[in-house]
Amino acid sequence: MLSSRIIPCLDIRDGRVVKGVRFQNLRDAGDPAELAARYEAEGADEITLLDISATPEGRATAAQTVARVRRVLSIPLTVGGGVRAVADAARLMDSGADKIGVNTAAVARPDLITECANLFGAQCIVIAIDAAESAENLGRWVVRVRSGMGTTTIDAVAWACRAAELGAGEVLLTSWDPSSSLRPIATPPSRRMWIV
Amino acid sequence: MKPAPPEVVIIRTGSANLASVSAAFERLGAIPRISEDASLVASAPLVVLPGVGAFGAAMQHLRERGLDASLRDRIANNRPLLAICVGMQVLCEASDESPGVEGLGIVPGRITRFAVSLRVPQMGWNSISPTPAASLLRSDWVYFANSYRLARVPDGWEGARTDHGGEFASALERGPLLACQFHPELSGAAGLTLIERWLSLAATKEPLTC
Repeated sequence: MLSSRIIPCLDIRDGRVVKGVRFQNLRDAGDPAELAARYEAEGADEITLLDISATPEGRATAAQTVARVRRVLSIPLTVGGGVRAVADAARLMDSGADKIGVNTAAVARPDLITECANLFGAQCIVIAIDAAESAENLGRWVVRVRSGMGTTTIDAVAWACRAAELGAGEVLLTSWDPSSSLRPIATPPSRRMWIV
Repeated sequence: MKPAPPEVVIIRTGSANLASVSAAFERLGAIPRISEDASLVASAPLVVLPGVGAFGAAMQHLRERGLDASLRDRIANNRPLLAICVGMQVLCEASDESPGVEGLGIVPGRITRFAVSLRVPQMGWNSISPTPAASLLRSDWVYFANSYRLARVPDGWEGARTDHGGEFASALERGPLLACQFHPELSGAAGLTLIERWLSLAATKEPLTC
């Protein structure tokens, strides 16, 4: 039987871990390799790095960060953020990622999922979904893009199913709650994705 | 005097994540060397066959470089080999993933897909239970990422069993040949100690000369 997993997700910008609320008011939270090693020692099952660098220089640093984390880590490493093409995924895989997270670019062009899955296999492709409960239609969760700043009308559960058909092996679901980052999720969409 | 760190030849297999496999061996003090040289793969003291991707693509990659013959030669001469994931699968006769493609045929049996009612791919940590006479494998939790598997440990082999909607063969061992459906390089301390035991077993073997 598969066990449940605990997967710390580290937001990385310009080679450092940053912490904020909904990617705003970021403050430095430490060195990615040190933090990843510490999480592994404390029992994490996997590590996810999310590159939130906004510049090409930052993106280049991300590949080096992945390589540094890989050297100290002996559990799976997923890397996401700014993956727009197979070449971006390949660069991160070469640096030491075991799995690639895709989000905004896959919403804009779903074939990206299939292209990556054909090259690396479904087990390497994680569809990252930021979902918010619809203000007009409570109980319905819709997809948000661009680090949560962009709204869509795409149903989160339907998108997860479509992504799986296109070749995603896992879903990384993030709740983008409109009212408070501390409010518990009343009707989590993950429950319904599981049933689907 | 400390012995020189062992060199481990890791076979370049298309899209496998070689960085993770290399990093695991580096952490254990070995020197990884990524290669697809057929004679090196046949004769090097330590060889790893990693594998990510489809069965057919992996076999085609091996065949085009003459590595299928190197691996058969290596195993026939009882030289240490660690095969991972699809690397384990290509040791078998064939796979439902790539109908019509012949595997290396070292291990009797055909690779089949998990039942459609299950979560596929199997992603995450699952437990392994070694067969009674297994010498390298121990009961532990390890990391899997696979849609296909060998249903049972064949007669004449030791190995380990895992439950994902029914039992399947999660590892095989015979002498210095260790094949894992899971990823020891991503299985934390459990994976590293398993690789360490394989390295130790390999080191006790007399060096073979051609």
